[in-house]
Amino acid sequence: MKGTTSAAARGLCSCHVCRLVSRKSRFSEPAHCPRCGATLHFRKPGSLQRCWALVIASYILYIPANTLVMMETGSLLTYRRDTIVSGVAHLWKTGSWLIAVIVFIASVAIPLLKLFSLTLLLFSVQRRSASRPRQRTRLYRMVELVGRWSMLDIYVVTLLAALVQLGSMATVKAGPAAVAFGSVVVLTMFATMEFDPRLIWDPLQKEEFHD
Amino acid sequence: MTEEPEKYRDDIPDAVSEPKRRFSIQLVWIIPIVAALVGLVIGAKAFINRGQTITITFKTGEGLEAGKTKLKYKDVTIGEVKSIAISDDRSHVVVTAEVSRDAKGLMVNDTRFWVVRARISGGNVSGLSTLLGGSYIGLEAGASKEPREDFTGLESPPAVLMDVPGRQFVLRAADVGSLDTGSPVFYRRMQVGQVTSTELDREGKGVTIKAFIRAPYDRFVKANAYFWHASGIDMTLNTSGVKINTESMVSVLLGGISFQAPDGKIEAPQAPPNTSFALFATRDDAVKNSALVEPFLLVFKESVRGLAVGAPVDLRGVTVGEVTGINVMPDPKRSDFTVQVQIQFYPEHLLGQSRDTLQVKSQQARTEELRGLLNDLVAHGFRAQIKSGSLLTGQLYVSLDFVPVARPARIDWNSAPPRFPTVPGSMEKLQKNLVELIQRIEKLPLEQIAGDAGKTIRSLDTTLKSADRLLNSVDKAVPEARSVLVEARQAIEDAKKTLAEARKTLGGASDVLSADAPAQVDLRDTLREVSRAAQSLRVLGDYLEQHPESLLRGKKEEK
Repeated sequence: MKGTTSAAARGLCSCHVCRLVSRKSRFSEPAHCPRCGATLHFRKPGSLQRCWALVIASYILYIPANTLVMMETGSLLTYRRDTIVSGVAHLWKTGSWLIAVIVFIASVAIPLLKLFSLTLLLFSVQRRSASRPRQRTRLYRMVELVGRWSMLDIYVVTLLAALVQLGSMATVKAGPAAVAFGSVVVLTMFATMEFDPRLIWDPLQKEEFHD
Repeated sequence: MTEEPEKYRDDIPDAVSEPKRRFSIQLVWIIPIVAALVGLVIGAKAFINRGQTITITFKTGEGLEAGKTKLKYKDVTIGEVKSIAISDDRSHVVVTAEVSRDAKGLMVNDTRFWVVRARISGGNVSGLSTLLGGSYIGLEAGASKEPREDFTGLESPPAVLMDVPGRQFVLRAADVGSLDTGSPVFYRRMQVGQVTSTELDREGKGVTIKAFIRAPYDRFVKANAYFWHASGIDMTLNTSGVKINTESMVSVLLGGISFQAPDGKIEAPQAPPNTSFALFATRDDAVKNSALVEPFLLVFKESVRGLAVGAPVDLRGVTVGEVTGINVMPDPKRSDFTVQVQIQFYPEHLLGQSRDTLQVKSQQARTEELRGLLNDLVAHGFRAQIKSGSLLTGQLYVSLDFVPVARPARIDWNSAPPRFPTVPGSMEKLQKNLVELIQRIEKLPLEQIAGDAGKTIRSLDTTLKSADRLLNSVDKAVPEARSVLVEARQAIEDAKKTLAEARKTLGGASDVLSADAPAQVDLRDTLREVSRAAQSLRVLGDYLEQHPESLLRGKKEEK
């Protein structure tokens, strides 16, 4: 990008706490804000590392979230133990196609897409890729936006488990997958937070600011 | 570069430098490590707890659903059907099921599986819960230690579970009757067990029934016990009349088996499990056949009409056997027919209770003893004969007894079955006597007798006629005498009447003659009136004398 520069390129650094802009030597030792005393960073410290850690944790937890039992529903006649996928299949089979699609998108597709997107962003940042930074930033914004909405399954399970407690007539219990799934969602949200989108643009300056 | 940033450059304070810290590893990596650990633990747990996959073969997949049908042991879910496939030869279905780890120990060699469905059979209703919850696969844990993965499912639930204490016995019968798996087994009409299976023999000549007797009742199954069909109503018509024998109403409706050991002093040992017993059609059969059986052949020359197969062999009123077959055979030597009656003789009845040592004696020794006994008896005139049991029904039976004047005979042990000496039956004797009587009657000079009788009758006739005449003359004399007598009686009665009237007349006379008799009083009154009339007449005469004109003018009024 011609005619643009970043604050970091000018040796300017904004305090994370009081937002005071101060001059900081680019490769010098760590410094703190002259006004509030908070440690100054050009970029979020350890952003990539943290993001990676959370993404990997999410990947790991994504497996039990989909293989373990999400919800146990017991009624007078039947007793079901559903994983997310079997629940979707059941909904699809019983004719609730729309709900099946919604649950599938919210609970299977979106978390996975989020994880893939973050992985892509992390890879591209690490490889200092300069291609299509605008699209990648848009992708980041979408990931951030959509993050909180994939708790749909958890909401359903927690609401049902709290409401449907009719003894032997009908019970709904949350399975271990609910915890794993919730963790996946929370961890990806944290990962998104940890990711510093400015890193997408830094390769254009051919400079490295993250420390 | 614009002016403005330069302008503000001086306003921007310098950051305060710090001594450089050593680079430390980010704490955030704990999160994926923890996640990985948790994942590993879950995975390891799942791996350790992973179920065993077993296959069960059923004839039909009715009520089974992959992913839904459960495996239940004592009504506790221990697994789930994963898939249902048709076997390669398409003859049955192969159910693949996953069993939880806890239940792995149940999958042993003799574990049995069956599909629990709602069933109504043998007088009981089971599996009603499956109407709502769907069928499931029930199983019964085997006792074996050898693990197994392929099973063949039972088509129906086992009637008796293995862990129920008791013993199973094998019964052999000619036909299965109304028995079915689950049919009750009775001991003194109390249900003590169940039929566990019924199957046709390989040769198809009989059926093998397995019956399970629950503890503690299984100890009543003695080595000498006998079993019989308690199914339905056993009605027999024989020489002793109509006999109806039934068990409890349940068994009448559903069928069942009864068993009993012979009552006696001797306590037979308990039968070991899977002992084979014969299953008899009726209790009587069982009682009869439970004893030692000795077949005999009886040859008669008389008609055995009325003797049926099953007719009793009687020894002074005690049934000691029965007729098993009746054949008529031409006798080539004498151009006659002989009737061969086969009987089954139960010598235990004959030996009675004096057999304390019989149980320990071998079959051979017992047979020998019996033969010796029978030979002795026959030497003393022990014979078989056919007798009439009931004149009403005309049924015959075979009687064994001593015959006073029997020709010497002995049992022919060499023929098969041994031939027992017979004497003609009482009916035949009677017939023979009758025939002789008739023959004798035929021989009598009936015509001569008839002629003599005619003469006698004729002379008798004349005698009677003369007697008749005499009587007639007597008859004629008799009415006259009777009329005389009648007249005499009338005369006497008249005289009696006359006398009575005379007595009455005399009474009347005496009444009249008495002083206060009304006639006397009246007479007196009359006389008084008459004298008064005479007086008036006199007065009239006097007046007329004085007043004669008064006759014309009337009496003059006195002024």
